[in-house]
Amino acid sequence: MSSLFGARVQRVEDDRLIRGRGAYLDDLGADALAAAFVRSPLAHARITDIDVSRALEVPGLVAIYTYQDLPARLAEPLPLLIPHPALTHGRTPYPLANGEVNHVGEAVAMVVAADRYLAEDAADLIDVSYEPLPAVVGLDAARAAVHLVHDDVPGNRAANAVQEHGNTAAAIRAAPHVLELDLEIERSASTPLEGRGVLAQWDEQQQRLVLWTSTQTSTGVRAAVAAKLSLDLTQVDVITPDVGGGFGVKIVHPWPEEVLVPWAARLLGRPVKFTEDRREHFIASAHERGQQHHVVVGYDVEGRILGLDVRFWHDNGAYVPYGLIVPIVTSTQLLGPYKPATYRVEFDSLYTNTVLVTPYRGAGRPQGCFVMERTIDAIAAALGLDRTLVRERNFIQPGEMPYDQGLIFQDGRPLIYDSGDYPAMLTKIKDMIGWDKFGSLQDAAAAEGRRIGIGLACYVEGTGVGPYEGGHVMVETSGKVKVATGLTSQGQGHQTMLAQLVADELGVPIADVEVVTGDTRRFGYAVGTFASRTAVMSGSAVTLAARKAKEKALRVAADALEVSPADLEITEGMVQVKGDPDSGISLGTVAVLSNPLRYAFDDAAKAATQFAGGGDMTKPPVAPDDEPGIEGRAYFSPVRSTFASGMHAAIVETNPDTAEVTILRYCVVHDCGKLINPLIVEGQIHGGVAQGVGGALYERMAYDEAGQLVNASFMDFLMPYASEVPREIEIDHLETPSPLNPLGIKGAGEAGVIPGSAVLAAAIEDAEAIPIRSMPLSPSDLFELRRADR
Amino acid sequence: MKPRPLGYARPQSVTEALAALAVPDVEAKVLAGGQSLVPLMSLRLAAPDLLVDINRLSELSYVAVADGQVRVGALARHADVLASEAAAAAQPLLRKALRFVAHPAIRNRGTTVGSIVHADPAGEMPAVLALLAGTVVVASTAGRRSIPASEFFLGPLESAVQPGELATEVQFPVLSGPAAGTGFSEVSRRRGDYAVCGVAAIAWLGADGRIGGAKAAYLSVAPSPVVLDLTEAVAARPADDVLFPAAASLVRARLEPESDIHATAGYRRQLAGVLTERALVEALAQAREAVTA
Amino acid sequence: MSPPDELHRVEMRGAKLHGEELHEVRLIVNGAARTAHVPARRLLSDCIRHDLRLTGTHVGCEHGVCGACTILLDGAPVRSCLLLAVSADGAAITTIEGLAEPDGALSPVQQAFSECHGLQCGFCTPGFLTTVTAGLRAVPDPDDEQAREMIAGNLCRCTGYQNILASVHRAAEITRDRPSRVASREAAATPAGPA
Repeated sequence: MSSLFGARVQRVEDDRLIRGRGAYLDDLGADALAAAFVRSPLAHARITDIDVSRALEVPGLVAIYTYQDLPARLAEPLPLLIPHPALTHGRTPYPLANGEVNHVGEAVAMVVAADRYLAEDAADLIDVSYEPLPAVVGLDAARAAVHLVHDDVPGNRAANAVQEHGNTAAAIRAAPHVLELDLEIERSASTPLEGRGVLAQWDEQQQRLVLWTSTQTSTGVRAAVAAKLSLDLTQVDVITPDVGGGFGVKIVHPWPEEVLVPWAARLLGRPVKFTEDRREHFIASAHERGQQHHVVVGYDVEGRILGLDVRFWHDNGAYVPYGLIVPIVTSTQLLGPYKPATYRVEFDSLYTNTVLVTPYRGAGRPQGCFVMERTIDAIAAALGLDRTLVRERNFIQPGEMPYDQGLIFQDGRPLIYDSGDYPAMLTKIKDMIGWDKFGSLQDAAAAEGRRIGIGLACYVEGTGVGPYEGGHVMVETSGKVKVATGLTSQGQGHQTMLAQLVADELGVPIADVEVVTGDTRRFGYAVGTFASRTAVMSGSAVTLAARKAKEKALRVAADALEVSPADLEITEGMVQVKGDPDSGISLGTVAVLSNPLRYAFDDAAKAATQFAGGGDMTKPPVAPDDEPGIEGRAYFSPVRSTFASGMHAAIVETNPDTAEVTILRYCVVHDCGKLINPLIVEGQIHGGVAQGVGGALYERMAYDEAGQLVNASFMDFLMPYASEVPREIEIDHLETPSPLNPLGIKGAGEAGVIPGSAVLAAAIEDAEAIPIRSMPLSPSDLFELRRADR
Repeated sequence: MKPRPLGYARPQSVTEALAALAVPDVEAKVLAGGQSLVPLMSLRLAAPDLLVDINRLSELSYVAVADGQVRVGALARHADVLASEAAAAAQPLLRKALRFVAHPAIRNRGTTVGSIVHADPAGEMPAVLALLAGTVVVASTAGRRSIPASEFFLGPLESAVQPGELATEVQFPVLSGPAAGTGFSEVSRRRGDYAVCGVAAIAWLGADGRIGGAKAAYLSVAPSPVVLDLTEAVAARPADDVLFPAAASLVRARLEPESDIHATAGYRRQLAGVLTERALVEALAQAREAVTA
Repeated sequence: MSPPDELHRVEMRGAKLHGEELHEVRLIVNGAARTAHVPARRLLSDCIRHDLRLTGTHVGCEHGVCGACTILLDGAPVRSCLLLAVSADGAAITTIEGLAEPDGALSPVQQAFSECHGLQCGFCTPGFLTTVTAGLRAVPDPDDEQAREMIAGNLCRCTGYQNILASVHRAAEITRDRPSRVASREAAATPAGPA
């Protein structure tokens, strides 16, 4: 049996999904009541009155709730999930607005009706009176703080944080050369094709709640809902259905809807379902990416960075339930593969009267990468040096691993890179894109009146963030292997990837392995799916769990076959003496043997009786330190994150007349340690690159001065179609295994998106000879830059 | 996003449809393709009392060439017009423009007449109708009337069709003359999106084989399609020129586009000039082919 | 398993539900006669999903842009979120549930998507499958440009489209070796019309 590790195994998820047998949230709860929300049409206002009288006549209406109806625990602000000492002024929303609204889309009232059409009819007839307040929109307004989002947050400042290693100010003062840059990235968002949704069912007799939610963390939701509804954890099951994409936005918990819907379900004694529509997703979920940065960098004549000072301002929207993760990730991951002699980073996280900001694939890394890579390109330009040469001179060398950057990472632990080979990666990417030959290509194109440019960007990504994940592996008497892990799936092929690992460890056909994720009934301790952690965390955990199960199986089989466990192997689901296939007994039979019941329910149990020999009559059937069954449960908790890395290179052409940008080539060299399933990893890269291109050239949240999101639809928020992505994405892999987990793997989920803006800005700048310091860049933006540059 | 409650009538004949539209004190809207109307209803930006569904009026699904016109019935889908070889031969601009209308799934249901009545300043077909000086035939219980394109587009999403009226047909004049050609050029942010700027052009050759004249219509630069006569900028120039700086200049000077989240006014103006040149080149190439054919 | 539509037909005619008049909508769905009684404003997407309980068709935007709701109406791809169910009365529609072969084998398009990793979360996939199924009927041997054009009206946030394009080409290949029996049966049954 050849190993599945590293194999391009077709996904086990596919058959169901391509037949239309997926079970996404809205596919469930056919008989549930429907919830809809009245949402604020204003960015900042006091609520002076809510009049529901006209809505009461709507047929099929079941209930209307406002803040006044909420019991004590629900009448509190929602949890601030990730506190931080620097987050001195954290504010979170109420599930329903308590007298004040702070962004267009904030929930003011919940309507429950027979179906969604009727619920919207009733919501339409609820008259909310508002006293508008000045809206703070955009970072400039937030920084100026002429008006405040929250009255008790001076300067709109939720947090100010500084990290430094070395004396940066002194280093810059002493540096032979100094540059200053201002760099900006605008807001975008995850925008999965499926919005949020929650379905709640309360069993009055059993006093139990079952909740389905399109989430990235079923255990997180369970804990939050139990707390908010004053239930014991064991009274609540949270099941993650099929999820139509997450990309970060579904890690937030609990959403207001996630506590309000089960609360209503319990009150009403009927199942209640909320399915978000597209407009709601734009104005009531979360955004990310909006930041302004000011860089001062001191460097020597070789381009080596002596002092790097980054000051930035992060727009966190109206509330910060997810704390400071995004700006902390920017702060730390900005360093990429480099080792500036000194580094200081300071950020303000600022409130604005806009949708809240929580991680979106990359989670602050795209901004950090953009800042660092543009800075390095600017140094190269100032010195007249090749951009890759300056990078080389600043790289951390493989021999210096593990490398301590002297900062604290998002997991609260030291930022120490475990492994990576940046020089080798650079050689690969330069080869792939033809870096050294490009100059002559560019000249030839210029002679024809064409403008082409080349860009390159490097990143490092901390993945497999802790604190832990767990896995459970059980062999049933049928020989089927049931695997569970607590984190969730949104299309990344977790069931396949984890099945590969377990099939390999146990020696069973992958078709016999079934994996369940995100179901608190099957696995109760978990953190969630984010930060490219599933393969590292759950992969390691289920591997360790499978090893325990295997060890038990060999022990039981050895006993039955009267050999030593060391003499046995498992292959194709058969436990046999090494090299002697005829000696084998099936794993299923071993499972029967491991459970000393009296009853023979089926043939497997009956067949096992041939092995039920006398046994030692002086000992109990189940030893004091043993258990029935073939099961393994294990947790994986690494000392820190493991650092993946990558480099992207692109060649673009810009049209002299229309300023349209065409991507001619796009190359990726990618290091996520060992690859479990290259098909899945490549798919993740393709998807990430598409989002990187989207963020660089197409996507931005367009707020007007009044705080209205002007492009709250797919018509005007421009996610790329197939026509907008590169014709081909050339991918090569480098593997520097991780020493921090049993499999030597690193995360791969976010990699594709991280350098998108950096690499395309670099390529466009190379084509145009105009500095590109702000993304996204539309053809109109480029046209205006050209005009300003003349 | 679900529509408000609405009344629904599905007439089996034009007469029935007109009667349904004529009921007093009832705000009625015609449902043909629905590709513009249904999303507006789902967003609750449109909430008619009565929808008059004309999708059973198969007698209006024709695409015919007669009397020097390409005549498109109210129920002809964009896909039908696009597929019609007779229409393409008689007026090549139709197919050239329709290729840019949204995506195939939208074109399979959306109607050309519907999109013209919708009068979106970013729409391709209103600009084509304006350029060709076509006509919209409108019926009501009071009778029929023909509205020339020049009087049809009143403003953004506002046409001359009155409450109670049903646009039954649009007439596009065929490409006339032995030496005429058409061109269509558009830039949108993504494939199939509304144009940031678009140009439909006609050009014709003089007896001497040089350019006789040209006209162009513009989308996404004004509240309604703008038609510009480019003749003064191009007349007597060689028919195989590829650059038309004078035409581009004229266009940039005459148009006053607006800025929005997708493009500045300056960029739209730039595009109008560039795309005029492209559309002219295409039109002249077709005109030259027509002469040599 | 389809609920007993016929049972309700007689009783529901002229009935109201929550104050709204119900209209009878008769459809041929994946070859089977189905009936629903819905208010006039019921979107076809909701009718398919909730009245006919065929949840394979997905709703991503309700403004016709994402394409996840794309079904075949008389053989042609349309956005079911932009159609009222009443307006579709009498039509033959194909949803993702109707693409597999009569014996349950995957259609060439479905098989190709699985082989080429053309889906990740699967939410946009129903719209792509119907679109590509119709697309390959019209253009059985697409080049790269044509393949891209075929799928250029459907949004996907997961795959970045590279493998979906590969799936289109692979589906063309598989179809050449094994023409779909469903496709030919449908082509025979539906009236000639634009693709």
